[in-house]
Amino acid sequence: MKKHSVLPGFGLTLGVSVTYLSIVVLIPLALLVWSTMSLSFADFVKAVGSKQVIASYKLTFGAAFLAALVNAVFGFIAAWSLVRYRFFGRRVVDALIDMPFAMPTAVSGIALTALCASNGWVGSLAAKYGSKLVIFAEEHGLDFMNIPYLNRYDGLQLAYSQFGVFIALTFIGLPFVVRTLQPALEDLDREVEEAAESLGATKFQTFRRVILPSVFPSLMTGFTLAFARALGEYGSVVFISGNLPYETEITSLLIVAKLQQYDYAGATAISVVMLTASFALMFVINFTQYLARRRK
Amino acid sequence: MGIEVKNINKRFGKFTALDNISLKIPDGELVALLGPSGSGKTTLLRIIAGLEEFEAGYNSDILFKNQSVVGNRIAERRVGFVFQHYALFRHQTVFENIAFGLRVRRGVNRISRAEIKRRVDELIHLIQLDGMESRYPDQLSGGQRQRVALARALAIEPKFLLLDEPFGALDARVRQNLRRWLRRLHDEIKLTSVFVTHDQEEALELADRVIVMNAGHIEQEGTPVEVFHHPKSAFVMDFLGSVNLFHGRVVAGQIVFDQSTDVKQEKFFVRPHEIELVPTDPQNVGFPAKIRRIQLAGSIAKIELSDHSEKEIFVEMSHEKYLLHKFKVGDTVSVVPTNTVVFEEDYVI
Repeated sequence: MKKHSVLPGFGLTLGVSVTYLSIVVLIPLALLVWSTMSLSFADFVKAVGSKQVIASYKLTFGAAFLAALVNAVFGFIAAWSLVRYRFFGRRVVDALIDMPFAMPTAVSGIALTALCASNGWVGSLAAKYGSKLVIFAEEHGLDFMNIPYLNRYDGLQLAYSQFGVFIALTFIGLPFVVRTLQPALEDLDREVEEAAESLGATKFQTFRRVILPSVFPSLMTGFTLAFARALGEYGSVVFISGNLPYETEITSLLIVAKLQQYDYAGATAISVVMLTASFALMFVINFTQYLARRRK
Repeated sequence: MGIEVKNINKRFGKFTALDNISLKIPDGELVALLGPSGSGKTTLLRIIAGLEEFEAGYNSDILFKNQSVVGNRIAERRVGFVFQHYALFRHQTVFENIAFGLRVRRGVNRISRAEIKRRVDELIHLIQLDGMESRYPDQLSGGQRQRVALARALAIEPKFLLLDEPFGALDARVRQNLRRWLRRLHDEIKLTSVFVTHDQEEALELADRVIVMNAGHIEQEGTPVEVFHHPKSAFVMDFLGSVNLFHGRVVAGQIVFDQSTDVKQEKFFVRPHEIELVPTDPQNVGFPAKIRRIQLAGSIAKIELSDHSEKEIFVEMSHEKYLLHKFKVGDTVSVVPTNTVVFEEDYVI
């Protein structure tokens, strides 16, 4: 016998959801894999395994991971101060958090580039103090020569360097961490913190043993979202990175470049690698979270 | 003296939560802070614990075993605090929850893993949750959670135990059982304890002493028998059980209840069980009223009446007495108070 749910429309809503998901997500993905099939295995390996492409993977995943990590820390602090304290202009700050969401990525890219170029507000400071730092280090016999984009003449170069990629990815990832953490922090019970304190825990112990474990799943979700977004980011990065082959090229840029050369199969091949890697990472992160949750 | 509170004030904006409160709690007693919501009882408990600041006034102080603890944080005061909603750590097991206070110790106070295990096991046995140490709070019933919260507070070997509405979130049966269990536990470990409640039955049944609070001040304190049988104010009498208010005059040494609300009338407070209902009243010592409702389910018979001005009167009597007269709804009977209480101050129920 068919079981009836109290809520009507289960069949209809599920049908619509699955159809919508197929049209918007699954079919394009399938097509991606399909068009890669036109390549022979050797050509596929050549397309996705060239030195230039591998350098872009390293940059993209490395910078995205670091940016998400930094966002996890500072996003936590931002979310905490927005939830816990009532200060003048709180709503404005709250709205500002969404700016990276709302702005066209090209606009953020141009703005960040202008800010970080060697004549920009931030870029000029980095140049000045970067070179001072190098000179100071050399005087004390320390070797800073191995750090890229840092030397005694140009100082620290933010735009048109890997730092630039990192800055752009940090910028666009922040809202994800803050917005996923806010509800979790609001749900925190003040009594629980008082209980920890009454049992003799210091502020740090309370944070480490009580607050952090309760919001950790949300923090992980925020981190994952920021990481995923950074992996696929294109618009804001291409302006600030300078797109130097082997150095500051991100994978998305290589895909676009291949498309512009009508190398569709090559472009989709790289896309498939990105897709698989992203999917694998998301799976690992979500699976660890699932394990952690099941333990409870 | 266990806990001594002197001249404590607390205001929230314009609202006076505590109005110059002073009280003493002797060692080894189980004391109830009883009052309606908004009477300041929880605020007072939190101030004693050190979770809340108070306004320093003339000669205000809080003493634990004759030593001032003003300015000390809750951890330094070494009080076990049990929260109304348990405040258990949801991501930790029963064992971890109880061990928390021992695990966070630092420096010379650190104790070995084996010692922690020994003490926690002992507490788990005390709260009768043997075999449940690896469960998470979500997997426990309300009563079990409250016991874990209690064990967690006891683990730090506190000087005092403070409980904020400890049974407030539990259903009636569990509450009854847990209440008796807590009383037995207190008799066993003799730890000076203060609990906040708005339930007069709970306070009277459980406590050695009851402190009745109202609107930021202490109305009365004493043993349950004292506060119940000798209430100092109409508020206390009303709060510690239902009460009837009758109007009357004293004429030639006898009260005449004419139930009119004339200015010269006096107010008489009468408990429902201290009223006789008689079918006829030849000496005219009571006043007539009509039976509206009879409620027989329970250990006593409860009868609701109304007088000529439709004022409600509540009467309680034993089933034997009820059967003697065979009252029916609609009967007009005479209401004869057997014990009345008069207060000097004016009070409106």
